[in-house]
Amino acid sequence: MSPTPTQTEDDVAVIAKRWKDKRGSLIMALHALQDRYGYVPREAAMNLGEQMNVPLARIYEVLTFYNYFRLKSPGKHVVSVCMGTACYLKGAPQLLSQASDALGIAPGETSEDGEYHLQVVRCVGCCGLAPVATVNGELLAKVTGESLAAHLPSPSVSNDGKA
Amino acid sequence: MARMTFADLAARAQARPAVANQPIIRVGMSTCGIAAGADPVFAALNAAVKDRSLDWRVRRTGCAGMCSMEPLVEVTLPGQPAVMFGGVTPEFATQIVVDCAAGKPLPAENRVPGLAELARVAGDPVPAAGEDAPRQYRIVMRNCGVIDPEEIDEYIDRGGYQALGKVLSSMTPEQVIGELKTAGLRGRGGAGFPAWLKWNLTRESKGDEHIIVCNGDEGDPGAYMDRSVLEGDPHAVLEGMIIGGFVIGATTGFFYIRAEYPLAIQRIEKAIRQAKAAGLLGKNILGTEFSFTVEVRLGAGAFVCGEETALIASLEGQRGTPRPRPPYPSVKGLWGQPTMINNVESLANLSQIVARGGEWFSTIGVGRSTGTKVFAVTGKVKNAGLVEIPMGMTLREVVEGICGGTSSGGPIKAVQTGGPSGGLIPATELDTPITYEHLQKLGSYMGSGGMMVMDESDDLVELSRFYLGFCVDESCGKCAPCRIGGTQMLRLLDRIADGKGTTADVATIKRLARAMQRASLCGLGQGAPSPILSALRYFESEFADRLVPEAN
Amino acid sequence: MTDKIQATINNLPVEVPAGATILDAARQVSVRIPTLCKHPDLDATAACGICIVRIKGSNKMLRACCTPLEPDMDITTEDPEIIQVRRTVVEMILSRHPNECLTCGRNQNCELQTIAADFGLREICLDSIVPDLPIDESTHAITLDPRKCITCGRCIQVCQQIQDVWALTFLQRGIDTRIAAAGDISLADSPCVRCGQCSAHCPTGAIVEYDETQEVWDKLLDPDAFCVAQLAPAVRVAIGEAFGFPVGTNLTGKTYAALRRMGFDAVFDTNFGADLTIMEEAHEFVQRFSDPDAVLPLITTCCPSWVDFMEKFHDDMIPHFSSCKSPQAMVGALAKTYYAEKMGLDPAKIYVVSVMPCTAKKFEIIRSKEMRSSGFQDVDTSLTTRELARMIKQSGINFKALAEEQPDHMLGAYTGAGTIFGATGGVMEAALRTSHFLLTGENPERLDFQKTRGLDGVKEGTAIIAGHEIRFAVAHGLGNVETVLTRVREARDAGTEPPYHFIEVMACPGGCVGGGGQPYGVTDKLRAKRAAGLYQDDQAGLWRCSHENPYIQKLYADFLGQPGGEKSEHLLHTSYRTRKTYRR
Ligand SMILES: Cc1cc2nc3c(=O)[nH]c(=O)nc-3n(C[C@H](O)[C@H](O)[C@H](O)COP(=O)(O)O)c2cc1C
Ligand code: SF4
Ligand code: SF4
Ligand code: SF4
Ligand code: SF4
Ligand code: SF4
Ligand code: SF4
Ligand code: SF4
Ligand code: FES
Ligand code: FES
Ligand code: FES
Repeated sequence: MSPTPTQTEDDVAVIAKRWKDKRGSLIMALHALQDRYGYVPREAAMNLGEQMNVPLARIYEVLTFYNYFRLKSPGKHVVSVCMGTACYLKGAPQLLSQASDALGIAPGETSEDGEYHLQVVRCVGCCGLAPVATVNGELLAKVTGESLAAHLPSPSVSNDGKA
Repeated sequence: MARMTFADLAARAQARPAVANQPIIRVGMSTCGIAAGADPVFAALNAAVKDRSLDWRVRRTGCAGMCSMEPLVEVTLPGQPAVMFGGVTPEFATQIVVDCAAGKPLPAENRVPGLAELARVAGDPVPAAGEDAPRQYRIVMRNCGVIDPEEIDEYIDRGGYQALGKVLSSMTPEQVIGELKTAGLRGRGGAGFPAWLKWNLTRESKGDEHIIVCNGDEGDPGAYMDRSVLEGDPHAVLEGMIIGGFVIGATTGFFYIRAEYPLAIQRIEKAIRQAKAAGLLGKNILGTEFSFTVEVRLGAGAFVCGEETALIASLEGQRGTPRPRPPYPSVKGLWGQPTMINNVESLANLSQIVARGGEWFSTIGVGRSTGTKVFAVTGKVKNAGLVEIPMGMTLREVVEGICGGTSSGGPIKAVQTGGPSGGLIPATELDTPITYEHLQKLGSYMGSGGMMVMDESDDLVELSRFYLGFCVDESCGKCAPCRIGGTQMLRLLDRIADGKGTTADVATIKRLARAMQRASLCGLGQGAPSPILSALRYFESEFADRLVPEAN
Repeated sequence: MTDKIQATINNLPVEVPAGATILDAARQVSVRIPTLCKHPDLDATAACGICIVRIKGSNKMLRACCTPLEPDMDITTEDPEIIQVRRTVVEMILSRHPNECLTCGRNQNCELQTIAADFGLREICLDSIVPDLPIDESTHAITLDPRKCITCGRCIQVCQQIQDVWALTFLQRGIDTRIAAAGDISLADSPCVRCGQCSAHCPTGAIVEYDETQEVWDKLLDPDAFCVAQLAPAVRVAIGEAFGFPVGTNLTGKTYAALRRMGFDAVFDTNFGADLTIMEEAHEFVQRFSDPDAVLPLITTCCPSWVDFMEKFHDDMIPHFSSCKSPQAMVGALAKTYYAEKMGLDPAKIYVVSVMPCTAKKFEIIRSKEMRSSGFQDVDTSLTTRELARMIKQSGINFKALAEEQPDHMLGAYTGAGTIFGATGGVMEAALRTSHFLLTGENPERLDFQKTRGLDGVKEGTAIIAGHEIRFAVAHGLGNVETVLTRVREARDAGTEPPYHFIEVMACPGGCVGGGGQPYGVTDKLRAKRAAGLYQDDQAGLWRCSHENPYIQKLYADFLGQPGGEKSEHLLHTSYRTRKTYRR
């Protein structure tokens, strides 16, 4: 579900206004865009570049450099499995494959119905409680395949796509 | 809060915090506590207290360090020592209140060692060797798990901002640098560069403005000391930064924090607002000529942005690719201006060094490794969590003594410090004291404070592959040795892990490793071969066993 | 800090100014350090890791290209470990490179190939991991083959910093880092102005000129085609580099001869077109200068990258632009009209090839409908100097031994004013000479206008003609344009006297001598030598002002009538339009 052009224009104007004159703010502005849509829509990024006076080249070189930014809509529910060292040692690889089986998608993919997105993150700083996963931003500690499954929102539950 | 003056600060230092005449219940509510279920526990406690109209205080606090036992609840009844409960459920939390209100003693279940049993805090005498006293010593984490990080008053009541007051009222920048020099504080971000030298260099560099940056990128997976401090005691870091700003003559400071730490970001932002309202930040701090503003900037998922020149590029709104040094950031950093970049933990030490003196700090630790270091001890360890120890303590004391050995109870196989740029330390070397120099001699390094414990079930070939894979994923791609060398080394390692490698492959790995160490532009590429080299050094047989047998 | 730094390199004492790199210092004492990513024109990107050296006794290695020499450093530039590390890095780079030298545009002319040859690698122990990425030929001016990119970053630096165009970027990171057009669109859709500076600075075949030699061979083979060639000013002083001549040697006569050997039926000179451009442009200038209501400053337009840049990013300057076509376009239009008429040829059968220092000319010839003013496409194909050099080599011609020849004078005779077009400031100087004549009826006493010459990014000066002060500015390298235009805009907005009357802009640093289609390895030293070759040609010429060219006079008398006249307007002038693109 892509945002409409007028919608993005308004959103971008607000974000650009907030950050334009602040130093070191391009990444903050892109964060704001992603917070708004769950990803960075191409048109919005271009629009933002124009309003913040940042070359298109710069916007895209930055967007594609940082792992955090997504260029495609991730789907409604984002499931992240931590693959940091602590979690890795505590069985994150198995957890990831369980999650992958449960959702029927590989890491980095979005399910066809646009409901779920599975991704790998590199440490959320909760290593003492490894393995860790997050569902729509909510942290789950000492996760097992079952506890993760129990936390998956059912497909019908709507959510504005934020991670 | 109204703007504070020197007089207010002095008065706060005099006032002894009133002895609590009401029960205080503290709930660890850092990211990990919340993940383990602290929110409903906190709610249950509040509800139970409210239902009974009790005049009790239920407080949110930061991370006490015993992460594997979260959610943690500490109950202090008037006139009694505090009692810590671990693994608390909402039901159990309610029961604590119910029992207590009914005049019964605190439940006997779920008790875990309390803070006082775990650690001394700055100001307490340092335990002598062999003395049966808490082995941890908390300078950086002195307020973690004690105060409500979202209340500036609680920080001030524990002596917070006294150091800033002291600096602004009675010290010159040179004197502060002198104290730092006496203290011997070295950067806690990894490399261990003497802090006073960096402060001095930046101060002396010419520019249109000076900038201070707090490096809160903490990308080493398995290390979360900085997050914990930012969440548990944000004002301590902020105070360190303000002092730093004054010393180097900066007017602006930036916190660069990884986006994966939303709570840390929220807490530091709140701390900044509170400090501003109290006149401890902004224009004419504490009524002096010194003005200083602080802003928060987020990372966006790039480990390499912890490297200081990459961090600068990122702050400038560019790809986070490192730049050749010199010029060092101290001379030419953010927007070409002299920029001092300090790690979270480095800054958190500052107020104590100023308040208690460099001399005091230098007596903690050993040799050129003075002070304490916070480690995140995780992996196959019984009591995973954060420990802060005086440097010079042995690895064994930390992993076995404080953290209880492996979770399985079996022998330790190895410990890795320094994360993906560090190295494996075999069990046979566990009696090595933790100092910058000793760790380096073992082929590892201090790093930011991750300490990963491996037991016999861990496959070190797989682990080397894991670490290298991380570096390959996180390589910025700027320079050939790291970009291509890392990828090729990973392929060779894959081959060995799959049982298809040859001795020639091992030789090639070593050759690639040397080229990466020598010819990579930044620490990421230079350090990426360390885990595998240390694995080859100490556990070569694990590799040899998987090679295709030589045909001859 | 002292101004001079003393240190030791391979036991040789060395003294350099503060700030000099180890690489600079080593060169000074004739110590060779291999480099791959460093280009003398550009700041070090520090991307390859081949230039590493060590401080004696230390384990750490430093990059010579970007590390300033410090007092008392004791540097070793070669020992077995350094050599092994360098070799290993080269091996790594080759493992991610499609080693297709035999069919590559850079064969025998490639910095990577040379490094590989120097290191004498006989085996690559690493898997080949060449990415599968598509080639971008959308501009028809340059060809971008990202597989061959070694991510040195030179092209990006040129495109972003020097040209201020921001058409190129790196996308993604780590091993997936790749060179691409801004925003991952096609280069043709990007802000690219086709100047080719990226290709001139690329060490490998990842960015090369769009090759059209085969088309030209096909036409030369076609018995029905009447093939004519024209040779741009800057080509004559650069082509020799491909054949071992000293830089800056003027090889006009040999190049004419080579073109005839290759089968061209007539050989013209773009310098003739340059003289004609001056006739039209000086006329236009004098007209505007004498009219208090006319828009000033007048800005030159013979550089297509500059025109494209202006249409994309500075369209408010359109009224300032000279309507004159570029010299090559003028020659093309006349070849299919005037020449065809005089020679009794069917213009449909005339095939015009221009040999240019430039990749953008490949685009200029189709940039608007005015480029078909003869009723046909005025110039059919535009080749770069590098392409011509390759064609000469293919022909097997012994270029060095060729006897010099003359052009076909009708569109080939030229003056010194035409020849200096190839260097930055040349158009301005030539125009000032003829403007003087137009305003006073005589040539200026001194024909040299030194203030127009040299490699400063922006040159300003004043010429006094008939008591009038003519303020001019010359900019080259698109990144330098902003300063000049800002001054113009400020005056315009303030309603004050414009800071200049006449502005020359050339997209490439140094002007066309440093063009994007010229032989590789350009540095300021080379640019200066090539330019010197042109100024020598000017000095040596029989005529040094465009209006003195008898063939130009004949052209006006027999065919065009007046400068700015109706026929000129139709054949020699063009117009501009806004081409909004993605913001830089
Ligand atoms: C790849 C890489 C990642 C790094 N990550 C961090 C980090 O996350 N946090 C940090 O404080 N320092 C990090 N550093 C070290 C910093 O570059 C820098 O030395 C440090 O922030 C300086 O602060 P200090 O002197 O207080 O230690 C990293 C270095 C490298 C090479
Ligand atoms: S070593 Fe790796 S991370 Fe560092 S600059 Fe080179 S490619 Fe980037
Ligand atoms: S770019 Fe150079 S090394 Fe690569 S194929 Fe072409 S000539 Fe060979
Ligand atoms: S150099 Fe080698 S590969 Fe190339 S053409 Fe000659 S023989 Fe063939
Ligand atoms: S041709 Fe010029 S504008 Fe186009 S990409 Fe290359 S350097 Fe940039
Ligand atoms: S295209 Fe050429 S100049 Fe550009 S980065 Fe790649 S190799 Fe370097
Ligand atoms: S100077 Fe440039 S535009 Fe002018 S004739 Fe030469 S190549 Fe053409
Ligand atoms: S300066 Fe010359 S070579 Fe460069 S783009 Fe312009 S016309 Fe072409
Ligand atoms: S390694 Fe998973 S949270 Fe740190
Ligand atoms: S107790 Fe919370 S981070 Fe460890
Ligand atoms: S030439 Fe110095 S790093 Fe490439």
